[in-house]
Amino acid sequence: MTATEQQTGTSVMTNVEAVRTTLHDALARDERVLIMGEDVGSRGNVFLITKGFFEEFGPERIIDTPLAEASIVGVAIGMAMEGLRPIAEIQFADFIYPAFNQIVGEAAKTRYRSNGDYTCPLVIRTPYGGGVRGALSHSVSIEALFYHVPGLTILAPSTPADIKGLLNAAIECPDPVLFLEHKKTYRSVKGEVPCGYYTIPIGKADVKKTGRDVSVVSYGYNLHQALDAANRLEGEGVSVEVIDLRSIRPMDKTTILESVRKTRKLLIIHEDNKFGGIGAEISAMVAEEALFDLDAPIRRLCGPDVPAMGYALPLEEEFMISTDAMVEAMRSLAKF
Amino acid sequence: MAKTTTARGPELERAGLSDEQLTAILRNMLLQRQLDNRGFQLNRQGKIPFALGSEGHEAVQSGAAMAFRRGRDVLVPYYRDLGLALGVGMSPFEILSSLFARQTDRNGGRQFPNHYTNHELGVASISSIIAGHCTHATGIAAAFRYRKESGRAVLCPTGEGATSQGEWHEAVNYASVHTLPIVFLVENNQWAISTPQTMQMRVANVADKAAGYGIPGTVCDGTDPVATYRAVHAAMERARSGGGPSIVEAKCYRFLSHSTDDDDRTYRDRHQVEEQRKHDPVPRFEERLIAAGIIDAAAAKKLRNDVLRETNEATDAAEAQPYPAPDTLYTNVVAGDYRPWQE
Ligand SMILES: Cc1ncc(C[n+]2csc(CCOP(=O)(O)OP(=O)(O)O)c2C)c(N)n1
Repeated sequence: MTATEQQTGTSVMTNVEAVRTTLHDALARDERVLIMGEDVGSRGNVFLITKGFFEEFGPERIIDTPLAEASIVGVAIGMAMEGLRPIAEIQFADFIYPAFNQIVGEAAKTRYRSNGDYTCPLVIRTPYGGGVRGALSHSVSIEALFYHVPGLTILAPSTPADIKGLLNAAIECPDPVLFLEHKKTYRSVKGEVPCGYYTIPIGKADVKKTGRDVSVVSYGYNLHQALDAANRLEGEGVSVEVIDLRSIRPMDKTTILESVRKTRKLLIIHEDNKFGGIGAEISAMVAEEALFDLDAPIRRLCGPDVPAMGYALPLEEEFMISTDAMVEAMRSLAKF
Repeated sequence: MAKTTTARGPELERAGLSDEQLTAILRNMLLQRQLDNRGFQLNRQGKIPFALGSEGHEAVQSGAAMAFRRGRDVLVPYYRDLGLALGVGMSPFEILSSLFARQTDRNGGRQFPNHYTNHELGVASISSIIAGHCTHATGIAAAFRYRKESGRAVLCPTGEGATSQGEWHEAVNYASVHTLPIVFLVENNQWAISTPQTMQMRVANVADKAAGYGIPGTVCDGTDPVATYRAVHAAMERARSGGGPSIVEAKCYRFLSHSTDDDDRTYRDRHQVEEQRKHDPVPRFEERLIAAGIIDAAAAKKLRNDVLRETNEATDAAEAQPYPAPDTLYTNVVAGDYRPWQE
């Protein structure tokens, strides 16, 4: 623990501040933790998440890497196999593709292929998502490209308190974790964060708002819009339950099924493309487990099936799901 | 430019190796040859589905293994490194357990044979993805540096084909920029399955590329274990003492097909193979040790008999082992109990 780390109470911070303070405290707490990536050193990463870390922890622990994503992840895998707790940063999720082999072919399979002789306790952090005028190559959602992979844990918390608890859990996790941070929530989302060290169990969704009429499962930036939409509908007497998935793999069956069995209606909302997205897996699970508990077809509200959102504002807005569209979907499902 | 070291000539260049060490190298080469033969035999007998050979690589690997400090260094091998695996302490029983895919295989029968791993001995787990292990090797070297464990180095071998992969370049570049204790050993057998070196690169030596990374590159005679030992030893010592990474290229030749699934007659002139066989490193080294008076012919024969007996015993012992239980398919996905859906 750092001397400055308060043990009790809460403090209000944004998502980006939650990432920053959690990383800072992890570095202060455990010498095995180190951060590596492009521009994480004296620049403090492009979002200033590691600003000041280089001065405080030195170049041995805050490592500026060459501009080469496969080696950022690959070298971190080697460090993890050797007992360190590297936190590798991919500057933008869009640039993770060169490291795909290292994440899917190597990190996720290290324990399995060696039958436990070697493990890979590694965290890969990356900002994802759109709505920030990031255009084609600074806006993607990547979760569906990775969630097919056994051995890989994928987290996508959306509030500062969840970010802290789940990032701590990721660092503690003895296996590789892909930790997704929605860029648009970095500064737009604020919340109370408990002081002191805590973790949130991986694989547990969180009911962010309880309701009777419709269950909504979402995560990331969309989760906050879904909460707004649900709150708007309160005035109309429509009661929506909003579940924050938080953990994409493993996923929380119990919380989703309990909610669906109560409301008998399910809407899944995610920014990632609809086809083959996380929503497809949730729909299939609910259809397998609770089809006869449903009073309406499962609905998905997702990013359209185009390669990316455009830079031009109308093209970005056309891609992003509006809160109005969410209100409409929830209302019509409630009436079904 | 790459420097060339050779240790040929009438006199045996001992390179600081004792008679015992030289004999140990020969023994390792003989054992490697025997186990290679066994793998191909077992495949032809229909007892195992697949094997990879390392014939022609004995000198590179048994020499390099002598430069490895057990308990300190880490080897991140590739699938053709049987002689290195044996040389750093893995047993024929482990090797054969993997050929037979028995439960005693370190990998639990999950990978192809020849995917060596042994955490206690410092042999890091690898996948089949060519050059995928190179950045891991660099990361392990980075961990040594981070913990200020001087006197430790990583040995990361590949074939020359692997050096066409971006991952190899990224690994070498990263290690160079961060002055990490690692040796990239290239076992250049001139073929990547059916692709010759000339279709892999436009330079004569992989080691020539070292200049592009600002690190030393050395070429050595990979058919002479003493030459390989000297080159790898110097590079490992340099790495251990903070001098950073280097590339050592050992020129050798692959005598067998790429694997039991490959037929090299479809792409390789028999004449070339026969010519190369004349320089077979195993009998040549044995003759050299005899000529230098380090062992006599009877002792050499005894060594050959010993490794054959050892191989036979390990074969029987491994074959007698049970297969991994079917339900082990579900273990070691992640720590503890694993379900994609948390219930
Ligand atoms: C990424 C990848 N591509 C292709 C293959 C198939 N493959 C296995 S071995 C090999 C040749 C490798 O040649 P080289 O690196 O020269 O080593 P050698 O087998 O000659 O010792 C190929 C193409 C693979 N395993 N991984």
